[in-house]
Amino acid sequence: MREVIFYLLIIGAGTGGELCISRAMKTVGEVKDFRPAALVGVFARALRVSWMWLGVTLMGTAFFALLAVLSMENVSLVVPVTALSYAGGALGGKFFLGERVTRRRWAGVLLVCVGVALVIMGRR
Amino acid sequence: MKSSVSLHFKTYLLILLMVIFGPLGNVLLGKGMKRIGTVSMGTLAEALDVLSRVLTSGTIWLGIGSLITFFVAYMLVLSWADYSYVQPASAVAYGMVALLAHFMLREVVTPMRWLGVLVICLGVLVVGHTPPRTTESS
Repeated sequence: MREVIFYLLIIGAGTGGELCISRAMKTVGEVKDFRPAALVGVFARALRVSWMWLGVTLMGTAFFALLAVLSMENVSLVVPVTALSYAGGALGGKFFLGERVTRRRWAGVLLVCVGVALVIMGRR
Repeated sequence: MKSSVSLHFKTYLLILLMVIFGPLGNVLLGKGMKRIGTVSMGTLAEALDVLSRVLTSGTIWLGIGSLITFFVAYMLVLSWADYSYVQPASAVAYGMVALLAHFMLREVVTPMRWLGVLVICLGVLVVGHTPPRTTESS
């Protein structure tokens, strides 16, 4: 049961964090200059976007949940199970953002779920 | 034309960094946490004890360094590439994790687990070949 809570945190907070960071970086704009001083400027600009802070907080939560579950289970089980974030993303997109999730995307999500089931069943 | 080639080059380079350092970071964290043992956080003292062991583990710091490298590459690539383009590239990372876990941690990856990783990769690729936008832009 404890593992399930950690997995839910990894999947929920991790996906939410990625979406927030994606939104923040789009606000910052395309990075064209890769010199260290310019990159520092990019990160300083990113830190002024509130989505970045929310994203980092959510990803930090997912990180500590990942550490906890890695102390209990093998990496080759934990990381594939976190692929269930694709199912969470599709469900969240449909019910919270009103996206029209296509049949092909559902098929992909179903394949991910089948793969995760196989990984869990492949436990020795 | 030149800028298009340059855009593709920097996109592929950063995705390559993501695919290497993301799985490597997870495997190093797994190695470090296995040494620490199962996390028990029943009391504040236990939680602080776990935290101090985590923060003094060299392997975990290497893992955090790898994940920071992954994260910086990820942030930079998302400044110009679509999330729906970058995300499917992460499919390869599931195979990479299984390989690294097998060779670095000597984890036994059963044939069924390899099959599961392959099916996950296929699923992620199928998701990546769907339209990135299904709602009207505001």
